[in-house]
Amino acid sequence: MLYRETGVFHSSYAADQAIFKLPQDRYAIAFWLVVAAVVLPLTVSNYVLTDLLTPFLIMAIAALGLNVLTGYCGQLSLGTGAFMALGGYMTYKLVTALPSASALIGSLTGVELALPDPVILGIRPFDLWFLAILIGAGLITAVVGLVFGLPSLKIKGLYLAVTTLAAQFFLVWLFIKVPWFTNYSPAGIAPAPPRTLLGLQVTGAASPPVNRYLFVLALTCLAALAVKNVTRCKVGRSWMAIRDMDIAAEMIGISPTRAKLSAFAFSSFLIGLAGALWAFVKINSVQTDAYGILVSFQVLFMVIIGGLGTVLGSFLGAAFVILTPILLNIGLTALNPGLQALGLPAFEVAMIKHIEFMIFGALIIFFLIVEPHGLARLWQIAKQKLRTWPFPY
Amino acid sequence: MAPAEAAPLSERASRARQVGEVLLAVDNITLRFGGVAALTNISFDIRQGEIRAIIGPNGAGKSSMLNVINGFYHPQEGRITYQGKTRARMRPHEAAKRGIGRTFQNIALFKGMTTLDNIMTGRVLKMHAGFLAQVVYLGRAKQEELAHRAAVERIIDFLEIQAIRNQPVGKLPYGLQKRVELGRALATEPTLLLLDEPMAGMNLEEKEDMCRFILDANEEFGTTIALIEHDMGVVMDISDRVVVLDYGRKLADGSPDVVRGDPAVIDAYLGVSHD
Amino acid sequence: MELFATYVLGPLGEMADNPAGVVETVIGGLGNGFLYALVAIGFVIIFKSSGVFNFAQGAMVFFAALNFAGLLELGLPWYLAGPLALGAMFLFAVLVERVALRPLVGQSQLTLFMATIGISFLLQGFGEAIWGGNPHLLKVGLPEDSLFAIDYAWGQALGLDIIIQQSDLLAIATGLVMVGGLFLFFQFSRVGRALRAVADDHAAAMSVGIPLQHMWIAVWALSGLAAFVAATIWGTKIQIEPTMINLALKALPVLILGGLTSIPGAVIGGCIIGISELLFETYWGQPLFGGATTEWFAYLLTVPVLLIRPQGLFGERLIERV
Repeated sequence: MLYRETGVFHSSYAADQAIFKLPQDRYAIAFWLVVAAVVLPLTVSNYVLTDLLTPFLIMAIAALGLNVLTGYCGQLSLGTGAFMALGGYMTYKLVTALPSASALIGSLTGVELALPDPVILGIRPFDLWFLAILIGAGLITAVVGLVFGLPSLKIKGLYLAVTTLAAQFFLVWLFIKVPWFTNYSPAGIAPAPPRTLLGLQVTGAASPPVNRYLFVLALTCLAALAVKNVTRCKVGRSWMAIRDMDIAAEMIGISPTRAKLSAFAFSSFLIGLAGALWAFVKINSVQTDAYGILVSFQVLFMVIIGGLGTVLGSFLGAAFVILTPILLNIGLTALNPGLQALGLPAFEVAMIKHIEFMIFGALIIFFLIVEPHGLARLWQIAKQKLRTWPFPY
Repeated sequence: MAPAEAAPLSERASRARQVGEVLLAVDNITLRFGGVAALTNISFDIRQGEIRAIIGPNGAGKSSMLNVINGFYHPQEGRITYQGKTRARMRPHEAAKRGIGRTFQNIALFKGMTTLDNIMTGRVLKMHAGFLAQVVYLGRAKQEELAHRAAVERIIDFLEIQAIRNQPVGKLPYGLQKRVELGRALATEPTLLLLDEPMAGMNLEEKEDMCRFILDANEEFGTTIALIEHDMGVVMDISDRVVVLDYGRKLADGSPDVVRGDPAVIDAYLGVSHD
Repeated sequence: MELFATYVLGPLGEMADNPAGVVETVIGGLGNGFLYALVAIGFVIIFKSSGVFNFAQGAMVFFAALNFAGLLELGLPWYLAGPLALGAMFLFAVLVERVALRPLVGQSQLTLFMATIGISFLLQGFGEAIWGGNPHLLKVGLPEDSLFAIDYAWGQALGLDIIIQQSDLLAIATGLVMVGGLFLFFQFSRVGRALRAVADDHAAAMSVGIPLQHMWIAVWALSGLAAFVAATIWGTKIQIEPTMINLALKALPVLILGGLTSIPGAVIGGCIIGISELLFETYWGQPLFGGATTEWFAYLLTVPVLLIRPQGLFGERLIERV
């Protein structure tokens, strides 16, 4: 009885189709937004912002992206890491080739001219340039993703998963072998140049953790909203129809080509964005090490553990996959003094890594057995319990 | 509950007037899988506004016939003329675009989606908002969602499935799933609706409901219906004309009474001793 | 035209100038191909009878190799270490059935596939936790020297002046023996026949009294055996370290090419991929693209093949029904 639909009447289809239909849900999300945007930046340490929250949010975007493809449209992909890499490298190329809007105009017209820098409502629109770069890189990733999605028109299921491995290995190889991608930097590692957004420095080694965090938070919220919107509209339903029963979907007029390719493109856009943020906001450089096949698996785990085909699941899954190893590391390291006191060998870094692998593998099996529909389903069940509480029948 | 005004069967005589021009004609269709002929030289037509039954023993090629009509199978020989146009190969979603709706013998619902979403999916062809509009859920995308929601709610009322609107269809009982599938097909506002055994596995009461919905859809929306059904009582009661297939060949074609009396049909169903 | 000369005529000319080099490359590729095939056979055994797409096959090879190498490092002779490592694979099969497969009965193919990814991580972590993450050597005295064909009568008779790696010949021979052995096993042994029945129809097999759970254990133990054999042969060529799992991933395109249910298909797929990727790397990758093309060539090769035959080269064509 703490959480209920009873007594909440929607008098229009618009109200009934809202994302958060219940007042309780709306209050809850408002509360969490305030906590995330105001309370956390003011209270927690830079370590928490930089090493826990920022990576969590970035990977949540990647998980949202893969969830569009795998969770909503049913196309299994093991190439996430490569598309993140593509987003990172494309952002790097764009940001170095076109440091500002005037540089773009200059390169298009051949005339270098100083643009006016107007201030509208206290905002300098040209200071949103980095955002435009990110969108541009995302769009390039979307186009490449679409190309690698073409085989999905004929190839299904696990067969398709193997062809996505082609994207993973080929793209990463390309970035290593073609020095153009890193502007011929000697070690193959491209340092992220400092960039500002609305006067705040958000990338580069010197940018403050709070700026980075808020920047990523805003983008993550937008990404989540976009996915939620798309999936409650026509396109989203086409994806799910293709996922559940592709033949029937085609017979009621859904074009599998358009549905699958739009899913590949939109998914790649988000994944590319996540990859760009990972390079520019998290690790301050673009390098292939950050985008290996292991990353593809990590994102896949996020989607599965969190819940296929749910926005909430992408967040829960990302939190789980990003935070578990860190907590495990802290926990096992904390045991070391005790072990030494007992005369036992302490956990070394390598050993912690091995244990992390084991626990991860075990947890995946555990989750698949206990709740194949992921953490998001547990939340559904909890809501159901709250509805009937305190009388379960 | 919605007022479901089932037309009494006695009024059915008046329906004859609604039956009009030839809507779809199949000519000499032959369909082979490798060396096996699923359909041989089949010709018949479906007229505007009628309920046309396709019957025959198991394996007669009935479902294959529907699959040919909506473009899922491509026959090796023969022609299909729909709405005056003779067509070459056509993909199923193009058939849908031209107003051919379809339900399936083994229910083919989108199991992960709710009843409402399943039927909303049937409106896909009528929605035209761009991708970006849907990303921001503003303007045309939102208007369309709301407008089509209203249309879908009318179908939900018509089929009396309000109570299961927000339930995932995978968990619904069989009879209701069949009804949702009919709803999804109706949501496409088909000119020609192909029903593949809409009453298979139903009890008497469910069959009566389903008959009522089919007749109502035919009368209220003017939908032309081609259905495959094994229950002869149902076929004789609701269809205007019947075509009988056996081993991929056409045995008989005509009004229920004519077909019922046809010796070849009786042979096929009851078996006969040729001595 | 210039492009044509560089990318087509050049490498082809190179091949024409030195046919012995081509033969060497083909034999080397064949050796690699059989290594992939040995892993792929393990996949097929499981997929054919249970429909589980076992992603952990590569990790199983790694695990078997680690156990074997670790036991040898402890000073055990190979005739003790080998059976012990093999025993570990059987134990693993029992555990997989008990802990993972039994609770997941009736779940979708995708769920089971995910579970095997979990098993893969678990195995890798477990093996490394026991034996350490640094590279190991697995040398059991199998032949791995180079062999000069011209030194032998048959080489002179054929006029072959080439160098052959004995490890390649070993891989090819072992692969052929495995295929033959598995064929006999599936065709004539009681368990083999039961497994074929299970592969056709689980429910029907159960209804004639075949104990399904024992069959799962048998299947996983059998693919554990395949993994053990693969590990032993791989040990002659490479170090035992986690990158081996990525190398074993190449069994996936091999399988896809060969069709998921055919053991001979796995071998033929392995040969096609092994030979083509090494030829490409030698004559195109190294001179023209900066090398390391074997990382992706096999995967990219599957795409056009699947576009033409979505069920693989040897898989059965499916007729879609509604």
